[in-house]
Amino acid sequence: MMAVEVKDLRKSYNGFEALKGISFHLEKGEIFALLGPNGAGKTTTIRILCGLTRPGGGQAFFFGMDIFKNPLKAKKLAGLVPQALNLDLDLTVWENLLIHGLLFGLSLQEIKEQGQSLMEFSGLRARLHHKVRTLSGGMRRRVLITRALLHRPRILFLDEPTVGLDPHIRRKLWGLIKRIQQQGTTILLTTHYIEEAEFLANRVAFIDNGTLVIVDKPQNLTSRLGKYAVDIVQEDGLETKYFPDRQSAEDFILSRRETGTTVTLRRVNLEDAFVYFTGKRV
Amino acid sequence: MKGFLAVYLRELLIMWHRLPRMVLSFSVSPVLYLVAFGLGLGKHITIHGRPYLEFLIPGLVAASSMMQGFGINVEINVARFYMRVFEEIQAAPVSNLAYVLGEILAGVSRAFLSVSIILFITALARVSFSYGPAFWAGVFLNSFIFAALGVTSAMLIKSHADQALVSNFIITPMAFLGGTFFPVGNMPGPVQIILKTLPLTHASRLIRQAAYGQKILWNDLGILVALAGASLLLAYWSVDKARD
Ligand SMILES: Nc1ncnc2c1ncn2[C@@H]1O[C@H](COP(=O)(O)OP(=O)(O)OP(=O)(O)O)[C@@H](O)[C@H]1O
Ligand SMILES: [Mg+2]
Repeated sequence: MMAVEVKDLRKSYNGFEALKGISFHLEKGEIFALLGPNGAGKTTTIRILCGLTRPGGGQAFFFGMDIFKNPLKAKKLAGLVPQALNLDLDLTVWENLLIHGLLFGLSLQEIKEQGQSLMEFSGLRARLHHKVRTLSGGMRRRVLITRALLHRPRILFLDEPTVGLDPHIRRKLWGLIKRIQQQGTTILLTTHYIEEAEFLANRVAFIDNGTLVIVDKPQNLTSRLGKYAVDIVQEDGLETKYFPDRQSAEDFILSRRETGTTVTLRRVNLEDAFVYFTGKRV
Repeated sequence: MKGFLAVYLRELLIMWHRLPRMVLSFSVSPVLYLVAFGLGLGKHITIHGRPYLEFLIPGLVAASSMMQGFGINVEINVARFYMRVFEEIQAAPVSNLAYVLGEILAGVSRAFLSVSIILFITALARVSFSYGPAFWAGVFLNSFIFAALGVTSAMLIKSHADQALVSNFIITPMAFLGGTFFPVGNMPGPVQIILKTLPLTHASRLIRQAAYGQKILWNDLGILVALAGASLLLAYWSVDKARD
């Protein structure tokens, strides 16, 4: 069964079409990444699926259930790590977790147990009774993620979860996200970090201007272009050519030797695919 | 039910962390009013045969329960526009009714805190009243109505700045004119008619009469109950308007 199914989702703000009818689905247990430039509509998509923004049209289902007809049931299944921090700064970490647990109908006992087990990963135990206001940005983000996991959502929405985190914490978080997936949670992730999508996602969707450009496995997206890329420095920027194997790429470089331009040979990555399919950089 | 509890508990925790500051700030204006109007101005004034202070204090109770009930809107604004916690609640499986009732009860709790402070100061000033069920019903209904209106206004406004407009043009004038500091009967006829439609006018009359230990004004009580129901509906309706 599909964990999430989105059909022709639309949203306009005062005549401006932020989502122009997008459709996609998430298989149960997969990590699905929405990749796109600023203003593409990633956050809008997540906000609609979490009940924060009114849909302008279309349908959406969690495990076959129409979420616009059953908003409260749908919200029970979902966990959200929003792009913008939304913690109570003047409450302690524990109080933030407590309120969240009660909002999702957990008992005090469940909140304590689940909170305890999440402390392992989050490293927040020592700060549990500190006000959120006194925590660093990265710690706040970890509180945000811990909170979203507290009610054991079956579908997790992560809107740029690692923004502003140092590389160590980011890598720790990637590990955590993988572990959450292994426990059977389905994850929809948005990110600006290509390597994040490449590392985490089973499938990637490129979104641009409120439209889904293409959806596929990362390796399929890159192999559509080739295996190797040659960047050629030009007066008006960078041109990239793609080659099926190393030999043909090297032949090309040799043929350009006379012109004296700077070229670099490297492997094709997901960023190439994004640029190729959307005509833009992320 | 847990959703309602969560919303209410959240506001209580916020209040708890700020309790000393809140108590202090809730004490300032009643003390000022009592000193300025009660002792300074009102020494030689009597209304309905009683010293002005005895007229003023129930009026302060009514005005203050209105202001602090309505004051929940500030908390909601902070949660909505500054900390964005409102979105955390929107994303939770909590019905609009549970949310609204949680916030209203928080407003009522603020009001009871401020009224307790006034009564404490009153006791220090050696003025005594009778605090029967009608008195507390008046405080409860009045703060309930205005907390519900506070929730409504917090849902409908688009930015924090709009809120000051609502407070300055509606709440502050009402606090002065709703039978709090002078009897509405002193006003010219047409003005009286307008003032008698204000919820606060009924609340202050009910509360004052009860404080004097006189018979319960069932009319005013009935009107306040009806207004409480209507304002609850309004608040309930407004919650969905806050989604973009
Ligand atoms: N509340 C709003 N009112 C008006 N326009 C909005 C609103 N929210 C989003 N938009 C517009 O909708 C478009 C999509 O915004 P969205 O936040 O979904 O982009 P995004 O893909 O998440 O971008 P980013 O990578 O910058 O987070 C943008 O053009 C944005 O200006
Ligand atoms: Mg975004």
